[in-house]
Amino acid sequence: MTVTISSELLVQASALRKVYDSGFVAVDGIDFQLRRGEAFGFLGPNGAGKSSTMRMLGCVSPLSAGSLRMLGLETAEHGPEIRARIGVVPQDDTLDTELTVRENLLIYGRYFGLGRAVIRERAERLLEFARLTDKADAQVEALSGGMRRRLTIARALVNEPEILLLDEPTTGLDPQARHLLWERLYQLKADGVTLVLTTHYMDEAEQLCDRLVVMDAGRIVAEGSPQDLIRTHATREVLELRFPPGEQQLTAGRLAALAERVEVLPDRVLLYCEDGETALAAVHAERITPLTALVRRASLEDVFLTLTGRTLVD
Amino acid sequence: MALLPDLARSPALREFTYWMHRYRRTWRGTVVVNVANPLLFLAAMGVGLGRLVDDGGSDHLHGATYLAFFAPGLLAAAAMQNAFLDSAGPVFQSARQRGNYRAAAATPMRPADILTGHLLFTGFRVLTSALAFVVVIVATGAVPWRHSLLLLPAALLTGLAFAAPVAAWAVTVTRSTRINGVFRFVLLPMYMFSGTFYSTTQLPDWLRAVVSVTPLYQGIQLCRELALGTAAPLDSGVHVLYLAAMATAGLLLGRRTYTRHLYG
Repeated sequence: MTVTISSELLVQASALRKVYDSGFVAVDGIDFQLRRGEAFGFLGPNGAGKSSTMRMLGCVSPLSAGSLRMLGLETAEHGPEIRARIGVVPQDDTLDTELTVRENLLIYGRYFGLGRAVIRERAERLLEFARLTDKADAQVEALSGGMRRRLTIARALVNEPEILLLDEPTTGLDPQARHLLWERLYQLKADGVTLVLTTHYMDEAEQLCDRLVVMDAGRIVAEGSPQDLIRTHATREVLELRFPPGEQQLTAGRLAALAERVEVLPDRVLLYCEDGETALAAVHAERITPLTALVRRASLEDVFLTLTGRTLVD
Repeated sequence: MALLPDLARSPALREFTYWMHRYRRTWRGTVVVNVANPLLFLAAMGVGLGRLVDDGGSDHLHGATYLAFFAPGLLAAAAMQNAFLDSAGPVFQSARQRGNYRAAAATPMRPADILTGHLLFTGFRVLTSALAFVVVIVATGAVPWRHSLLLLPAALLTGLAFAAPVAAWAVTVTRSTRINGVFRFVLLPMYMFSGTFYSTTQLPDWLRAVVSVTPLYQGIQLCRELALGTAAPLDSGVHVLYLAAMATAGLLLGRRTYTRHLYG
């Protein structure tokens, strides 16, 4: 199945800034554009300004400066009209845990002014989509984290939105629940829904996003497709070496000559190179013996490390 | 007739629907707090204590029986209490951990719609509790039925005079203990001193002056004047204006505090 990305701009942000009353600058002048059918990601560590950006996109947080146009409308003046055409999956689910799964969908649909018959029909389809049909009459209280997140996504789709905003969609979920969620998001993407998501998981960004921006301290530090970013800011492969405590510092200096770039982390040393096996052979030739050695493809984690000198998840 | 579909499409009504939906699950429990408790109180004080008071005879009751004097006072006090219970805690919860305000704010709903819808529900609860209470006091003969009709809007107005400012405040509250604090140190003293149980003419002048500016005193006076048939346009008009001003001020303030909280 091919997804077509049209040239129609759904979101245009320029010099977007968010400064809170406390004086904290959460978003410090960012520009980005989003086309219909795209899956667009904000990658960055906690506190990078991703959630603040999402709240501005959700039209529930006034801009401190800059401009933001969504669906051809200024967010500052047309909040309710824009919100009627987007779906929001917040980081905390904001589900009503005392109501049932179906009731949560019905109530939320009412907030969009949809008729009861329309909501009922959509609720059945969305329960199916979220694999929650069996749980339709269960109280949300009894649902697992993964189920709740799927319900939150189903709820956000009740108004058949043109853009779906997902803030950290899989944070806190176990691997199995994450994979099921990704699969569902793929389905949405295939159905032509424009996705905007934030994440601090590089694998999530790589799997789901056509294009992403890397954020750090309220700014965009890089932009492109996952492959472009890796190509530009990292090498093809990475050799990860672990050493016994204390030895790493002593060896790190000798490794520098063996790779294009060497990154020393608290628990391991990363050697950026085109061919990991060749680099490992060179390490052995130097009579350096690490505890473990691992060759892997470079990822967005490496891009982030290169750009900021820090890891994504502390 | 053209108005009805418009009303049904009003965003505030969607929030009201949400609360009604939750209420379907909880209404049985609330009947005890909102209806049974005031009625038990009415029986104990009005009938039990009332016999003692009536036997002693008192000029402060304006010639009425104690039950007839006490019942409208309790109606207003219960309206205050119900309005507080339905707006303080639930607003705090909605704005914090339950997250339902944030969920609604992500939709076309505006903060003002959310506030208005929640107040509509509080009003509904105050009104239905008051209705049950009024039916009983009319049935006991404490209040003639022709005096009872205006008691319902009076109780509703008293309730809204509390609900709106309380909601405006509760959305800003960060710790639930503050809500209990206000209940104990603001509401309960008002309950005791604003003339629910006795005429404030018995209070010392300075305290009477303080009490007469409380919204509960205004609500009690209004309900009592209507129930006893002593309502005069000027006095009762002042009570109505006072209470309406409180409700309006609360609504206007609440629009600001809700917007501030939800659009941080």
